[in-house]
Amino acid sequence: MLTLIDYGSGNLRSAEKALVAAGARDVCVTADPNRIAKADQIVLPGVGAFADCAANLAAVDGLREALETRVRGEGAAFLGICVGMQLLADVGIEFGSTPGLGWIGGQTSVIQPGSAELKVPHMGWNTAEPTASAVFDAAWGGAQDVYFVHSFAFRAAHEADVAAWCTYGADRFAAAVQKDNIMGVQFHPEKSQRAGLALLEEWLKQ
Amino acid sequence: MSLKVRIIPCLDVKDGRVVKGVQFEGLRDAGDPVEQAQFYDCEGADEICFLDISASHEGRGTLLDVVRRTAEVCFTPLTVGGGVRTTDDFRALLLAGADKVAINTSAVKDPSLVTAAARRFGAQCVVVAIDAKQTGPEQWEIFTHGGRNPTGIDALAFAKDVVERGAGELLVTSMDKDGTKSGYDLALTRAIADAVSVPVIASGGVGNLDDLVAGITQGHANAVLAASIFHFRTHTLSEARAALLAAGAKVRQPIQGNLR
Repeated sequence: MLTLIDYGSGNLRSAEKALVAAGARDVCVTADPNRIAKADQIVLPGVGAFADCAANLAAVDGLREALETRVRGEGAAFLGICVGMQLLADVGIEFGSTPGLGWIGGQTSVIQPGSAELKVPHMGWNTAEPTASAVFDAAWGGAQDVYFVHSFAFRAAHEADVAAWCTYGADRFAAAVQKDNIMGVQFHPEKSQRAGLALLEEWLKQ
Repeated sequence: MSLKVRIIPCLDVKDGRVVKGVQFEGLRDAGDPVEQAQFYDCEGADEICFLDISASHEGRGTLLDVVRRTAEVCFTPLTVGGGVRTTDDFRALLLAGADKVAINTSAVKDPSLVTAAARRFGAQCVVVAIDAKQTGPEQWEIFTHGGRNPTGIDALAFAKDVVERGAGELLVTSMDKDGTKSGYDLALTRAIADAVSVPVIASGGVGNLDDLVAGITQGHANAVLAASIFHFRTHTLSEARAALLAAGAKVRQPIQGNLR
């Protein structure tokens, strides 16, 4: 069973429809820790501010603990999208600093493209360049343009955890991070047409 | 390997139906915004925009259903505007499946809505639609209610103010040019694009592919919006991409093929 976490921080409808289009059966949209304890695959969406998403996650009784047990303890496949990916970091630095899940070492900080012509938010289609990730290899076999919309980016402490890079002017940041059963994508696969669906399809198969 | 210019087909929706309906071959119902959005999704539109011009409350209610049905079949970012007055209106559209919400008249009446929406949902989904008419050399005034009501507010000053308040993107429409097919008001687009730190969408007046190109190269916009040239198949999205590419703009080459 695939669980899409409903914690008040994301465009659940789009994510759910895309997962189904990519081949997921039995998508359960819930924040119930008992359901999460049994999930084989877990998707954490997220839009808006890091601190708000972290607070919403903490506000559901037992959710954080259930995720720790099921994902880190028992190895269920996990996919974070956008702020759901950023929450994997140790800390989010965005109008003050907020602790994240700390599952993948690093922090978030504001995007600095280094030129006034390059606008922030980083909004639109940009290239995700995979490093050496089986999921990306199987889905794309190379780089693809995908849809981003964010003002802050994941700065991984270990380059080995970066599954795909994105370059925006003078800034280069993680388009995706991956460590064992835990994956996160900064872009929106549910809004990236065929490239996004292909990635979700491969992730579902792993 | 850089951010691409966005090409955005825009659909005017009234009482749940497309205004100035399109005659694409193969559509079961040419007036259905969902079918048209799906068509553009398959053609590789970089985003799709719905502008609701319903006058009545009931008409607006149907928009939520249109957005909901669109989100079920389209995997393209969707901006929806028209009649949004409160943060609860934002929430309803976002929950229905919109990615961004555009506000126009209500941002002029009550600029604090921009801040409230950006705080609650993030600046990335707050688009302020600026409808402006030229009133002098390098001078433009904000109009509301679909261009009928002058406000006395300077467009450039307003643009800077709403960005300061948290707008994540500006949709700049020239009311002088809208519907004329004589090209964007490039001076207006450029004046605003050069003055703000957020992305700008050029809108109003596209008649041919050169107009789209000029919106980027001379208007300094990050995205180009057009309605009739795409609806009436004067040009396809792929022709628009080719024209922008030939002019040196960075465009996306979507993966072709059917949605699975």
